[in-house]
Amino acid sequence: MSNLLTVSPSPHIHSDDSTRKIMYRVVFALIPALIWSVFVFGADALRVTAIAVIACIAVEYLIQKYLMKVKPSINDGSALITGILLAFNVPAGLPWWIIVIGAVAAMGIGKLSFGGLGNNIFNPALVGRVFLLISFPVQMTTWPANQQAGTDAVSSATPLAVIKEGITSGTPVSQLFSEMPAATDMLLGNTTGSLGEISALMLIIGGLYMLFKKVITWHIPVSVIGSVAIIAGIFWLADPQSYVNPVYHLLTGGLMLGAIFMATDMVTSPMTPRGQIIYGVGIGAITISIRLFGAYPEGISFAILIMNAFTPLINNYVKPKRFGGK
Amino acid sequence: MSITVIYTIATLSAIGTSAAVILFFVAQKFKVYEDPRIDEVEEALPAANCGGCGYAGCRAFAEACVKEGDLSDLYCPVGGNETMNKVAEILGLEAVKKEARTAYIRCNGTCDHRPKTNQFDGATTCAIASSVYSGETDCQWGCLGYGDCYDACDFDAIELRPDLGVPRIIDDMCVACGACVDACPKDLIELRKRFPKDRKVVVSCRNQDKGGVARKACSVACIGCGKCEKVCPFDAITIENNLAFIDSDKCKLCRKCVPVCPTNAIIEENFPPRKVKKEEKEVSTAK
Amino acid sequence: MLKTFKLGGVHPPENKISAGNAIEVLPPPKSVFIPVAQHIGAPATPVVKRGDLVKTGQLIAKSSSFVSTNIHASVSGKVKRVDFAADSSGYPKQGIFIDVDGDEWVEEIDRSEELVKDFDLDGKAIIDKIQEAGIVGLGGATFPTHVKLVPPKGMKAEVLLINGVECEPYLTSDHRLMLEKADKILTGTRLLMKALKVEKAVIGIENNKPDAIQLLTEKSKTFEGISVTALKVKYPQGGEKQLIKAVTGKEVPSGALPIAVGAVVSNVGTAFAVYEAVQKNKPLFERVVTVAGKNVAKPSNFKARIGTPTEVLIEAAGGLPEDTGKVISGGPMMGRAVSSLNVPVTKGTSGILLMENKEAKRNEPITCIRCSRCVSVCPMGLEPYFLKVVSEKQVFDRAEENRIMDCIECGSCSYTCPSSLPLLDYIRFGKGKVGQIIRSRKK
Repeated sequence: MSNLLTVSPSPHIHSDDSTRKIMYRVVFALIPALIWSVFVFGADALRVTAIAVIACIAVEYLIQKYLMKVKPSINDGSALITGILLAFNVPAGLPWWIIVIGAVAAMGIGKLSFGGLGNNIFNPALVGRVFLLISFPVQMTTWPANQQAGTDAVSSATPLAVIKEGITSGTPVSQLFSEMPAATDMLLGNTTGSLGEISALMLIIGGLYMLFKKVITWHIPVSVIGSVAIIAGIFWLADPQSYVNPVYHLLTGGLMLGAIFMATDMVTSPMTPRGQIIYGVGIGAITISIRLFGAYPEGISFAILIMNAFTPLINNYVKPKRFGGK
Repeated sequence: MSITVIYTIATLSAIGTSAAVILFFVAQKFKVYEDPRIDEVEEALPAANCGGCGYAGCRAFAEACVKEGDLSDLYCPVGGNETMNKVAEILGLEAVKKEARTAYIRCNGTCDHRPKTNQFDGATTCAIASSVYSGETDCQWGCLGYGDCYDACDFDAIELRPDLGVPRIIDDMCVACGACVDACPKDLIELRKRFPKDRKVVVSCRNQDKGGVARKACSVACIGCGKCEKVCPFDAITIENNLAFIDSDKCKLCRKCVPVCPTNAIIEENFPPRKVKKEEKEVSTAK
Repeated sequence: MLKTFKLGGVHPPENKISAGNAIEVLPPPKSVFIPVAQHIGAPATPVVKRGDLVKTGQLIAKSSSFVSTNIHASVSGKVKRVDFAADSSGYPKQGIFIDVDGDEWVEEIDRSEELVKDFDLDGKAIIDKIQEAGIVGLGGATFPTHVKLVPPKGMKAEVLLINGVECEPYLTSDHRLMLEKADKILTGTRLLMKALKVEKAVIGIENNKPDAIQLLTEKSKTFEGISVTALKVKYPQGGEKQLIKAVTGKEVPSGALPIAVGAVVSNVGTAFAVYEAVQKNKPLFERVVTVAGKNVAKPSNFKARIGTPTEVLIEAAGGLPEDTGKVISGGPMMGRAVSSLNVPVTKGTSGILLMENKEAKRNEPITCIRCSRCVSVCPMGLEPYFLKVVSEKQVFDRAEENRIMDCIECGSCSYTCPSSLPLLDYIRFGKGKVGQIIRSRKK
């Protein structure tokens, strides 16, 4: 025989899926939201995204090559996703050096200090965002004007910040609503906020694509969004003068971005459907608590990071439904 | 402002001091008496925590030494006689003397000697490969070469030799802890008596097939012909299941068996080159 | 809505390229090697010696205990030697070499193709005949059939499931058998029902074989108590526990046998062999083997004698394609790659699959990204990623707690892993070790 036979244990065939394909599908799903933000914020959106992506990839390459001394794995697409998500979580007008610091925090602290892809406990992009939010609170909450919305609707505060400030100062909700964009505008993204979070619609389109391609399952997004809606709804029904209606909670801030793209990060979310629902409900509950009672107007990033920390525990205690019962 | 700073410092100092006081008393109350000799014994041990003694680590071994009050069943293969003497001195006991040993991988089935007949493409550990099938060559007894022994060794005493296809033990580093012996699914590794200058005469084969089958799979396989057994003046060689075995405790390194082996399955290592006899051997194998 | 099992499962490409090719009878080869351990249980004891002349169908190795089977000569000729030779594991196993001379069958065997539908044997007599004929589960597990037909004390079979699922890609031997021997399979099913004392039998067939479903549904009308259930295509539906779940909705408890839920599962090939053994006095010495592969010149279904070297079958299917990288005995999901083409066909060989070089090589494994796909495809509800880690780190008590022994080794996890991790390799290793630990604990 000319060539030797290969022997390996079964199975002998493999699905044509690969980690790289999954990663690039996620990137693909992020494109509608990116296009929208370029449409709204102009070239600044592209600038921030490009800097974040390049910085993340460069940081991963340099750390893997010179500090960890392993073969750099930058072409697996995970650094690219972290870069885009980091960009999506910051205002479009952020100076370049802050983005680079964010990238170092995201990749260095959030990912590579744990050993790289697959080993990190926390979502790297969120580690970067929270690091920046705490370190540079002014720059991180300076929102650029929406170039598309009508002149009268231009606001330098996000809807969530408006609500937070209004309620803290005792203004009734009905009055606050006049200062806020309409629900349809928030669905489309005619508002302001972090680069990628403004258009709920575009994020949902990306999410549906990922669901269709089986990159994610419905459990996490639905449980996050559902629990936010239910908890916010209960408060709203109890006292509509002090609490805004749940639709606004769903459409404002980073909830959609968080629920669809950040909480579903495979590495940092639980492995079983039941665990994923617990995790999702946890994120929803913490988010709404921070939004309603905390110091920050937005809480989804903190909520996801907190639940990330619970993921190993959930994996340990929530086992899949076994065949054949107990 | 400065008031706040002072308050903070004062409060923290107060908490710190009271915690220290509480801890001091708690530590006094819950103090567990521990034989101080355990620490001394542990100090004398190599601190490799390899488990070669049969205990979980050096601390566990030290506890056992102190507790047993008798060292006849306890031996640290890593530290050897020197360490055991120290331990015996501390405890005032008698240590057993054992001869130093070193591990040896009894397979010389390198790429040249043992042609591959297929290639393996599963998880690269010997344990898994051997549970799937007999191996990449026709010899079902020989080394698989995926290095489970290398992974098991805590002392860097095993080098993977991709050029040979079989790992080799580095005698200077080997402490005979036996971890590799347990790791090898083919049971190739033996702890042999350590001779001066690490000289050794070994049957480097574990093939128990009949001569013809063994020879076909590997050119340096032991075929169980028994020539070495006859020539050995010290009864150190036994043949069982078509395989010769040299008992290192009986062997006197006379090397008479080496030239008579028709397949060069008996290996001599670290000897000065032979003069006349070596030529003879080459002639006989060249035939 | 078609029935299927609920938990997990994957959909590998079916590639049933030989489905349209009728079963061809392969003439006896020049020589055969018949291993004495072709089944689960104790190896049989050879009763012939070198130089003996044997006839086709003659007993050559006798069952050595209850969980063991008889082995019969698949050819007539002279026993060359009784010796050890490598089987598909590469390790030498005892077996009987026979040099073929003519093809003279034992007189008792009824060689006519005529259907004998009626029988008036009682259950005990049927089981005895099955045991005599050395029949084992022909789906691949090779568990002795007569053992299965005697439920343990206190348990009673309620339903017989005939497994016509054939969920492995490429394999078509059961499919062809159902199309060509439908009446005989149904008669065999009646015999098995009688032996088990059950009133109900269900034949489960995946709906990628509509012709077989139609034919058997039609024919089963004249057989009392037999019905056909079409199942939705999903791997590993042919697994015993999955099939029971799909057809009856019952879950076999962890660690228990199917009889715990009153079910006994037999393959269609086994039902056919039972028919031949009881009605035609023909012991199990030949079986249908699919030879397939993307580059095979003539994908075929052969009726081959046990002991025929793999090489002979490949030759009959048009020879070994140029760039063959792997030869698998069985299907691509659970079959065994062989290291040599001398490996004989045994009772458990359902197919021979030739894979090209490119396909034969696994992808380079990369790190686990915890995508949880292995968890979602596991038909037993296990966590393959976790079992792999604990097996690799040899934390066997954790592996046991997480039910590593429930693994059916279907390979869905390794198949689906986007990081190409060899999950099942490690799990199988861990399962072996845990099994050893459990056995040593019982002693």
